[in-house]
Amino acid sequence: MTLAERLGPIISGIAETDIPVGSLDITLFRDDLAKHPTRAPKRTEIPADGIDGRTVVLVDDVLFSGRSIRAALDALQSIGRPAVVRLAILVDRGHRELPIRPDFVGKNIPSSRAERVNVRLRELDGSDEVTIES
Amino acid sequence: MRHLLDIRTLDREQALRILDVAEDMADTHSREVKKLPTLLGKTVVNLFFEDSTRTRISFEAAAKRLSADVINFAAKGSSVSKGESLKDTAQTLQAMGADAVVVRHSASGAPRTLATSGWISAGVVNAGDGTHEHPTQALLDAFTIRKRRYGRDSRGRDLSGLRVVIVGDVLHSRVARSNVWLLSLLGAVVTLVTPPTLVPQNVSEWPVRVLYDLDAALAEGPDAGMMLRIQAERMHAAYFPTEREYSRLWGLDAVRAATLPDDSIVMHPGPMNRGLEISSEAADSPRSTVLEQVTNGVSVRMAVLYLLLAGERNDEEGKVK
Repeated sequence: MTLAERLGPIISGIAETDIPVGSLDITLFRDDLAKHPTRAPKRTEIPADGIDGRTVVLVDDVLFSGRSIRAALDALQSIGRPAVVRLAILVDRGHRELPIRPDFVGKNIPSSRAERVNVRLRELDGSDEVTIES
Repeated sequence: MRHLLDIRTLDREQALRILDVAEDMADTHSREVKKLPTLLGKTVVNLFFEDSTRTRISFEAAAKRLSADVINFAAKGSSVSKGESLKDTAQTLQAMGADAVVVRHSASGAPRTLATSGWISAGVVNAGDGTHEHPTQALLDAFTIRKRRYGRDSRGRDLSGLRVVIVGDVLHSRVARSNVWLLSLLGAVVTLVTPPTLVPQNVSEWPVRVLYDLDAALAEGPDAGMMLRIQAERMHAAYFPTEREYSRLWGLDAVRAATLPDDSIVMHPGPMNRGLEISSEAADSPRSTVLEQVTNGVSVRMAVLYLLLAGERNDEEGKVK
C-alpha cells in the first residue's frame, strides 16, 4: 500500500493524468490459510471508478514464491475485469513456485531460501532500507 | 477460535475481532463476484433440532459465500424422529467428515455437550440452544448497532456509552441473554423492559437494569430499542392476560416509536409478530434495522466460520497474526 502510494503520484506526474491508488487484501484468497494461525483480514480499498477496463499495476515489496500474487490476481478478478494487469516489485528474490514473472523490478537480489528479506519504509519504519538476514 | 458456544465466555478482544472480520466480509458483498474461495473443501453441517428459517438460511448463505460445502440436517423427517440420540447423530456427522457443525437444539447446553463430549472433532457453533444463548444473533445485533452509529469507521470500536433497551419476553429469550452479555461486554448500558411475569429469576446477577414501564424507558432516549418476539410456542398463554393488553403496554407502535430521538434505531431479531410486539409502522420505518440485521447476519456468520475453520486446527486460542 505504502509503495503504491509513493508510485501513484510519481506516475501521475510523468503521465500527467491522475492515477488512483488502492489496496488489496488477499487473506481470504490465500492457499496456505490452514497452515498458519488464523489471520485477520485487512481492508481492501478500490478506487471509486472501479477497475473494469483499466490498466492495473499490482505493487508488492518482495516477490518470492509467487503465491501471494496468485491470490492477488484472484482477488482482483472478484472485483472486476481490468484490461491489463502488470506487476511491479521492489525486490525479486527468486525461488518462484508458480509461473509468475514481474514486469517491473526495483532490484534482483539472489537469495537462499533460508534467508529473510526485510523491506523497511520511511512511512512505517522510519527509514528506507532492504536487509537480508540469514 | 475452536468453537462458538456462548457469549458469556467470550472476552472483549475476541468479540471485537469477530465484528471486525465481519466488516471485511460485509465489504465483499459489494463485489462483482461475491464468492470467496476461503473455505473451499470444508464441510459445514447445519444440524437443526428446532425449526428455523432465517438462522439456517443465513448460516447456509455464509458457508456458501466462503465456498464451503453445506449439508442441511433437520431433525424432522430424520432418524432423530426415530429415536436416534444426539451422540449417534454426532458420530454419523463425524464419519461423514464435517469440519463445522452449526447446531440448534431445544435443550440448553446441547452445543456444549457436542463440543466437549469427544464425539466429534468438528468446530461447533451454537445457533440457539433452549433458553440459554444465541451468540451469532447477539453478534449481528451488536454489528448492526455499531454500523448504524459509526458507519465506515466502525472497525475496532466498541459500544461504550450507547444505551440499548431490550423489550419483551426476556424469560424465554436466548437472544436477550446473549445480547445482555455481549452489549455490556462492549460497554453499552442495557435496560430490560418486560412484564413482571416474564422476568427471569436470576436477573439480579445480570449487568442490567429492569423496568416494567416501556414509555419511561423510551423517554430516556435510548440509542437502540430491541423488540423481542413473543414466543407463543413456549408460552401456553399463561404469562399475560391478552395479546391486546401486551401490545398496549409493551408493544412498539407508531406513537411510541415517534417519541424516540431521530437517530435511534428499532431492532427485531425476527420473525416478527406484527401488531403484537411491534407495529407495521415501526417495523417498516426508516429507523427499523430489521432487514439490515438479516444482511449483517450473513457477514457475521461468515466471520465466525472463517475464524473457526480457516486457520490451523490446533489453533486452540485462536490467536491472530
